[in-house]
Amino acid sequence: MRFGVVVFPGSNCEADCFYVIDKVLREDVDYVWHKERDVSSYDCLVLPGGFSYGDYLRCGAIARFSPVMEAVTAFAREGGLVIGICNGFQILLEAGLLPGAMLRNTSLHFICRFVNLRVENNATPWTNQAAARQVLRIPIAHNEGNYVVDPATHRRMVEERRVILRYCDASGEVTPESNPNGSLDNIAGICNEGFNVFGLMPHPERASEEILGSTDGLVIWKSVLEHYKEKG
Amino acid sequence: MAELYEELGLTADEYRDIVRLLGREPNKVELGMYSLMWSEHCSYKSSKMVLSQLPTRASYVLQGPGENAGVIDIGGGLAVAFKMESHNHPSAVEPYQGAATGIGGIVRDIFTMGARPIACLDPLRFGDPSKPRTRYLLGGVVAGIAGYGNCLGIPTVGGDIYFDPCYDENPLVNVMCVGIMPKEKLIRGVATGVGNAVVLIGNRTGRDGIGGASILASQEFDETSQEKRPSVQVGDPFTEKLLIEACLELLDRGLLVGLQDLGAAGLSCACSETAARGGVGMRVWLERVPLREDMEPFEIMISESQERMLAIVEPSKLDQVLEICAKWDLNAVVIGEVIEGDRLEVFWHGEKVADVPATTLASGPVYDRHSEKPQYLDEVRELDLSSLDHPSDYGAVLLRLAGSPNLCDRRWVYEQYDHMVQLNTVVYPGSDAAVLRVKGTSKALAISCDGNSRYVYLDPYLGTQIAVAESARNVVASGGVPMALTNCLNFGSPERPDVFWQFRESVRGLADAARFLELPVVSGNVSFYNESFGKAIHPTPIVGMVGLIGNLAHRRTMGFPGDGLLVVLLGETGEDLGGSEYLNLVHGLTAGNPPRLDLDLEKRVQAACIEAIRRGIVLSAHDCSEGGAALALLECCCAGRVGASLRVETDLAPHVWLFSESQSRFVVSVSEENLDSLRDLAGSWRVPFAVLGRTGGDSLSVNDWLELGLGEMRKAREEALERLLSGSEQTEDPQVFAHCL
Repeated sequence: MRFGVVVFPGSNCEADCFYVIDKVLREDVDYVWHKERDVSSYDCLVLPGGFSYGDYLRCGAIARFSPVMEAVTAFAREGGLVIGICNGFQILLEAGLLPGAMLRNTSLHFICRFVNLRVENNATPWTNQAAARQVLRIPIAHNEGNYVVDPATHRRMVEERRVILRYCDASGEVTPESNPNGSLDNIAGICNEGFNVFGLMPHPERASEEILGSTDGLVIWKSVLEHYKEKG
Repeated sequence: MAELYEELGLTADEYRDIVRLLGREPNKVELGMYSLMWSEHCSYKSSKMVLSQLPTRASYVLQGPGENAGVIDIGGGLAVAFKMESHNHPSAVEPYQGAATGIGGIVRDIFTMGARPIACLDPLRFGDPSKPRTRYLLGGVVAGIAGYGNCLGIPTVGGDIYFDPCYDENPLVNVMCVGIMPKEKLIRGVATGVGNAVVLIGNRTGRDGIGGASILASQEFDETSQEKRPSVQVGDPFTEKLLIEACLELLDRGLLVGLQDLGAAGLSCACSETAARGGVGMRVWLERVPLREDMEPFEIMISESQERMLAIVEPSKLDQVLEICAKWDLNAVVIGEVIEGDRLEVFWHGEKVADVPATTLASGPVYDRHSEKPQYLDEVRELDLSSLDHPSDYGAVLLRLAGSPNLCDRRWVYEQYDHMVQLNTVVYPGSDAAVLRVKGTSKALAISCDGNSRYVYLDPYLGTQIAVAESARNVVASGGVPMALTNCLNFGSPERPDVFWQFRESVRGLADAARFLELPVVSGNVSFYNESFGKAIHPTPIVGMVGLIGNLAHRRTMGFPGDGLLVVLLGETGEDLGGSEYLNLVHGLTAGNPPRLDLDLEKRVQAACIEAIRRGIVLSAHDCSEGGAALALLECCCAGRVGASLRVETDLAPHVWLFSESQSRFVVSVSEENLDSLRDLAGSWRVPFAVLGRTGGDSLSVNDWLELGLGEMRKAREEALERLLSGSEQTEDPQVFAHCL
């Protein structure tokens, strides 16, 4: 399977994603420069975390105008697998590939720590290796992860089981205390209607090796590998 | 000119020297350049003589002081660059931007050497935490570090925070950065090769930070300090991130002869230092410098606009350099060339506006300042412990220590820093040292920053020795062998004999301890004039230690890793309550002699601990420092989420054994079957050894002195800082808080 990790000016998790795909998953991976207009040779595109263009404006608001985003959008519309992590998720929202928007964390602080996530739908390309309602321990690191969306869309997303990950406590209960950033309905990760585009605030690449304290991020990486193997 | 030089911070003698060196009166541009380059901040004119006694060499030191950062060889073809700096004054005036640009500056120092920055650590000192100003400063500084560092994708993995009223007006923001590189990529800030191009890369130049080094960093504070706000630079981490990537790409492809960042004194410093180091001259065409606004030549020469680099490039490689900079959307302009001789010639639209020998800018005056032992010393050292009441409830005292501003858990701060990015952080903040793996090898780096200014205030020589010993001990507790150190020496005005005495004694302590422990000092920074309204801060030297863990499996944390392990104290506990946190918190005293330090014992205890870790005997290790053995034990329990039941045999009074801050001690845990090996090992190093008890249960008990539940200990420790900073802390003096709620 061939991954492309998109690099915007200001991305800073591209090397981490590259490392995990290359050294841990041992799959093919390239960097895709933001001025690239052809992404057809990849099986999955990764939009990594960081501060694209400094995020001096709304997070991801400028990155979505990068030339590569036209290609990413076309790739996604044709069913290509796209995962946006943290800033990558924010860019997908700005690009309209996923619904909703991000507000600042309710604490008004950047938050970097491990959180617990409940897998709400394990029948997706991104979570098929998870048990039903499995709790994953994966870190977050963001200032703007307070997800909002209009009530009608939210209702539809829940009905269509497109809310994939929710912040929860260690036992899997979705509680206000376990919500680190004020996100609507404790939402941590969502999919588009076709489930081929996945955006999440937590960083699975930071939880993909024992030595870093958790390997729960591998559930997500291995799911997409499994999906690819099954569906080609 | 007479009025101007004074306004720019030069003395009459210095002005006369400039006239003598030039053989004429300097013009306005030249005077501006000299005033900055000869400021205390840039020239080290007061400290240079004293610093010359520091040991700086070892077989593995690739670059000692005098460059942008020190560099050591860690084997396997890899080198580590690191340095610590201060950004105290800017942070006092504008905490967010002051701290942010502090990060920017130290990070540039590291990638200027060719290393990729892999970690930042930030030792911070603030005033009375009950004061609104302290909260404002702390909030701004932490947000500034987070805002800048997080954006760069460099993890902030450590540092420390202490509160003391001596920092009320003058907080300390020290910043350390560590980078890693293939050894052969090491590059220096040197201009060589007549005819080579001088390329300015990065941000446009503006009026921000005009005179930052002379006005802000080299003068004390008074009521006009707020007017100095325009002297604080404004940070742009996004451009810095692009600069890191572009410069590392340029270096990786071998396109540069030399590289220098623009920090204090801007172009004046970068041009004169690179030329002086290379033994060449430099011609600069100022009208080529990309500007943000209309500026005069002298302003362009001294502007401290951030995120700019100066590269020396062979003409044949120039096109490639410009191309790579364009790829990263960075300005890159040839602003000058390397010339024969030693002159720095500056032109403005064809007119020569400055012509001075580069070396006279780069090596300013040297002063042998008068020093005199401060009068306060004899008074504060006198302490009759027997006159003080003993506490009746040791458990309550321990809980209070655990939740005190100086000792409580720092999660509220470090969770605002991205401490995980780059996937190297294998021991997260909160343990003795941060541990970062070196990808592609089985090695790791252990890094710690330490400096207890209360000890240094009471005894500058001993206090500074302790800072060296403790930072090394923290590295050892994490499984690393200390290799080399950097430092930031924060003091009041060197023009005051009592302050200069503190400085002299402190550096002597640093030199002696570093020499004894065989730790070269490879880089550092001096920050003087940390005073306000005529009152100096406590002398505050801070040591940043870098150690090597040869095998990742040898990394250790402080938490007891499980039930049924034996708890052992390595080292000796004595009556060392002088300068302690206990004395300060319970009796409101900063008095007595700091803990004794026997460097020979220190070395042996460290050697025993590291050997025990390497042989797999010791499962967890923790340095005993502020708060004494009692606090160390509490931290081991809280971090490991396991209790311990301990029986201490001692002739000391309970509160002395519990809270004494005797040096050269580790709390370690060991399995039953390895106890004898540990005892033998300690014996072979002639290290005092005592079995304290066993881990298990959900409370910490020591004799019949105290018993505390894990829950109450963790609550006291982990919730304190946030409560304190939210202003909801209950203090003994409710009035303190009444006006700030």
